[in-house]
Amino acid sequence: MDRDLPPPAQDADLPHSDELMACPTCDALYRAREPEHGAKAICGRCHTVLIAPRRGAGLNIIALSLSVTILVIAATVFPFLEINAAGLGNRTSILDVALSFRSGLLVALSVATVAMIVLLPLLRTLLLLYVLTPVVFDRPPAPHAAGAFRLAQRIRPWAMSEIFAIGCAVALVKVSDLATIGFGPAFWMFALLVVIVILNDSYLCSWSVWKSLEKNRS
Amino acid sequence: MEIAREKPVLTAREAGLVGCTRCARVWPMGRRTCGRCGSPLHSRDTTSLQRVWAWWIAGVIAYIPANLYPMLVTRTLLERSDDTIVGGAVELASHGDYGVAAIILIASVLIPVGKFLAIAYLAISVHRGSARSLHAKFRLYEVVEFIGRWSMIDVFVVAILSSLVQLSVVASIRPGPAALTFALSVIFTMLSAQSFDTRLIWDGGRKEGK
Ligand SMILES: [Zn+2]
Ligand SMILES: [Zn+2]
Repeated sequence: MDRDLPPPAQDADLPHSDELMACPTCDALYRAREPEHGAKAICGRCHTVLIAPRRGAGLNIIALSLSVTILVIAATVFPFLEINAAGLGNRTSILDVALSFRSGLLVALSVATVAMIVLLPLLRTLLLLYVLTPVVFDRPPAPHAAGAFRLAQRIRPWAMSEIFAIGCAVALVKVSDLATIGFGPAFWMFALLVVIVILNDSYLCSWSVWKSLEKNRS
Repeated sequence: MEIAREKPVLTAREAGLVGCTRCARVWPMGRRTCGRCGSPLHSRDTTSLQRVWAWWIAGVIAYIPANLYPMLVTRTLLERSDDTIVGGAVELASHGDYGVAAIILIASVLIPVGKFLAIAYLAISVHRGSARSLHAKFRLYEVVEFIGRWSMIDVFVVAILSSLVQLSVVASIRPGPAALTFALSVIFTMLSAQSFDTRLIWDGGRKEGK
């Protein structure tokens, strides 16, 4: 069950500011209270999800992040799509796709594409592994864990593997009357990757991560 | 009015506290950086609107050549065609691929233009301190934030096509200059939306927030 967090009493003394939290999007003040597993604490004013802990989230994220790392590397190297027309054929890997902007200023676009579909998703999962592994096993946080997690959250909107996957579908329709298309092994790896990335994000409750980084620091 | 029905909410600012927008921890007013996550703390980000407008202008400027120059240059045995965004969608539709033509038009025309209008409207109404339909304005912001990244789909399609369709003389596809300016426009607009301090929207209904 999703429910709103109780707001603090208006005139209550507020010395224990670590028990309080402010909604990042609307600044409403709440007493931070962890809901039962599977439930979400939602801001009563703007309905932003504030806390959403899930049972075994840490271990799940670690397992999913490991598979993302392996899949991204494999999907990058193996052939991805194949095309055949009039006896001529061409196969392409994700790296070829990302590096397809070769002439002049378009090179900048190649760099951005590699970053968005390979490097940033990979960097994000590695950062999450680095931050969460010690926390899940009740060890003190790794050095610079706070900075690493902050970076992981910052690059989240720029990691665009799922958008790339839909882009593949559009591209296939566009060339379907020009040539016949075949799927390489990397295509299926990438499809799997997209599902895992979305699952992974649904497990991640940033408030819980910050809380445990703070708790285990001393 | 909508405000009248809303139950009063105590904000961190009114309680003399400053909330961290990254990790939601609160600190006494006046503290500069968050002791938990290290992010800079601002009760309200007063330079937010300037950055929103700066990125917004850059995004609009980059969007103009994105529509004038070709996105894709297709060469087949018989012909060479330079497709702009709209031209490419029209051609797809003429082949009967209405679904894909619609996706491209929505992703590359409707969504970018809608985003420009939405961000401008939000920035202007925050500047005026308007208290009207705060919830609707915040929903609008969430939609803009969520949908912004998806405009990159067209750039990725161009990348996939240009690396895949390289069949010597039979057919080849190259990216056009619009691919770059369109990508820049999407990136600038994302930065514009990210610069927005959404707490300013909610301040609209309060006497304290200007
Ligand atoms: Zn809120
Ligand atoms: Zn913080």
